[in-house]
Amino acid sequence: MPAILDHADRAPAVPAVGVPWDAVGMSGRVAPDAVVDSVAAFERARAEMQRQKRIQALIFAVVFLVCLVTAVIVGQFDVMTLIDGLPRTTDYVRKLVPVLRWETLGADVAEWYWNIGKWLTLLVETLLMAFFATLLGTIGALLLSFAASSNLTPGYWIYFATRRFLEIARSVPDLVYALVFVFAWGLGPLAGILALTIHTMGASGKLFAEVNENVDPNPIEGVRAAGANWVKMIRFAVIPQVLPVFASYTLWRFEINVRTAAVLGFVGAGGIGYELYTNIRLNYYEDVSAILLIIVATVVLVDIGCEEIRHRMIGKESLR
Amino acid sequence: MRLRIGAVSKADMLEARRCLPGAFCRPLAQRLLSWLCWTGLAALVLFCAVRFDMSPLRLWSGLSELGTLTRVMFPPASGGNMDLFLAGILETLAMAFLGTLIGGAIAFPLSFLAAKNILPAWLFHFGVRRVFDVLRGVDVMIWALIFVVAIGLGPLAGILAIAISDAGTLAKLFSEAIENIDRKQTEGVRSTGANAVKVMRFGVIPQVLPVMLSFTLYMFESNTRSATILGIVGAGGIGLLLADRIRANVWDQACLIIILILVTVYFIDFVSKRLRERLIGQGK
Repeated sequence: MPAILDHADRAPAVPAVGVPWDAVGMSGRVAPDAVVDSVAAFERARAEMQRQKRIQALIFAVVFLVCLVTAVIVGQFDVMTLIDGLPRTTDYVRKLVPVLRWETLGADVAEWYWNIGKWLTLLVETLLMAFFATLLGTIGALLLSFAASSNLTPGYWIYFATRRFLEIARSVPDLVYALVFVFAWGLGPLAGILALTIHTMGASGKLFAEVNENVDPNPIEGVRAAGANWVKMIRFAVIPQVLPVFASYTLWRFEINVRTAAVLGFVGAGGIGYELYTNIRLNYYEDVSAILLIIVATVVLVDIGCEEIRHRMIGKESLR
Repeated sequence: MRLRIGAVSKADMLEARRCLPGAFCRPLAQRLLSWLCWTGLAALVLFCAVRFDMSPLRLWSGLSELGTLTRVMFPPASGGNMDLFLAGILETLAMAFLGTLIGGAIAFPLSFLAAKNILPAWLFHFGVRRVFDVLRGVDVMIWALIFVVAIGLGPLAGILAIAISDAGTLAKLFSEAIENIDRKQTEGVRSTGANAVKVMRFGVIPQVLPVMLSFTLYMFESNTRSATILGIVGAGGIGLLLADRIRANVWDQACLIIILILVTVYFIDFVSKRLRERLIGQGK
């Protein structure tokens, strides 16, 4: 570091970067040895840090490459198959596009959506399934969430059991529940609703419990001091605090459930999914694109609607 | 009107009610509205219950049926197919990994096009964002079914389905991360005379990369869950084995597969959570 040494020889008023103040004598001169020492120490530490970072990056790269190679082999990912498959995919997408001529646009669209009555009925059924399942699941989640939060639970074993139940309810995919429930309740929307309900209960229950664990303890103490029992404590000290957050989560869960309800029909659990499934399987291209379009439109509309309600709720909260 | 505590008579209270009706109860219109909302909700619930035939009797008979199924499920057994099941789990993980990787690789460049602060062209990024919405709006199961029909059965269909729907989700998340960057750093880099590419490389990417990696890991977690069920429509992974076992009424093996799925999901959640915590730690 010749530059810093030069600087030190010309006696700076302030020591160079990295030189401790006690290396500066009463005269204000820096002892050259001290400068060399501390600079060398700094360089050593930096080199060590860089070396460690490089080793870390190398380990990460090796692990990543091993994962990648394993995944490519296990997943039978073949670039040739991919190149082979891509034109077929674009071909498929081209077939999805209906014939629409400008002169006869109305008639063409009418022909494209020839079965609109049935599809809309199924779409409404899908929405109702999502709504009903969200409602039932949220009620279940609400009831269980208080037992599943460590600060409010009436007893450790109740806490433990509820937590495990919620975990299993949310970790098994909803389509697996639907597959099993179709055997128990028969084909149709009821199996789908119950599958969505269980999954919603697990997913929302965990989130609700986490919100419960972060409530302000002062109101709880206050209500307890007034002689309230457990139920009254929950009703008057906890619920007013957490309800807005719960409402927002529930709207979000409804959005997710609408998406899932649209595919529950793949396993025969009601909704528009079964119609979509048969049309894709039978290669009725224009029907597939027609149904897909109304599903996407519905999902986007539900998202926008829920967003709007959420903003209004937050607006009301901040006005208080 | 002056009031002393203990000296409030009935007449005073009536007077107060007359003067300030708003303080004692909500206005009629508001009460009607909330009453209407609750009645509407109750009617909708009743309609749903009737429409979906949710009678207690039917619920009960289904529950007893479910009880029988659960009894048949235990103890879970492999039936000598443990190798097959483990291979299925590995294939599921491989699908999730490759799908997330490809989806992230597609989303990375697209997200810069959709970020308002990088490309100030309203119409353009409005269009790009609607494309993301369509990719996300179609469920991954639907994509899987379409790819199965277009390119055939097997894990490739599942990988592409995950990649496509991931590209939509990740591009949205990435572009939001890019829009939330600290402008001071890009300005600092620009003030040294750097061109647009260098501003991107040294001003933007170091800020967003940890966030992007963390989102990608999170999507990997979520994709592991969806990859377990893609097999139901024939797109590879453990789902095909599970659906076959359930359709053929081999419940003890189905139970084992469900347990294997649970263990895998927990394991991936744990690893990914650890990695994300480290990433965010380094980012700070």
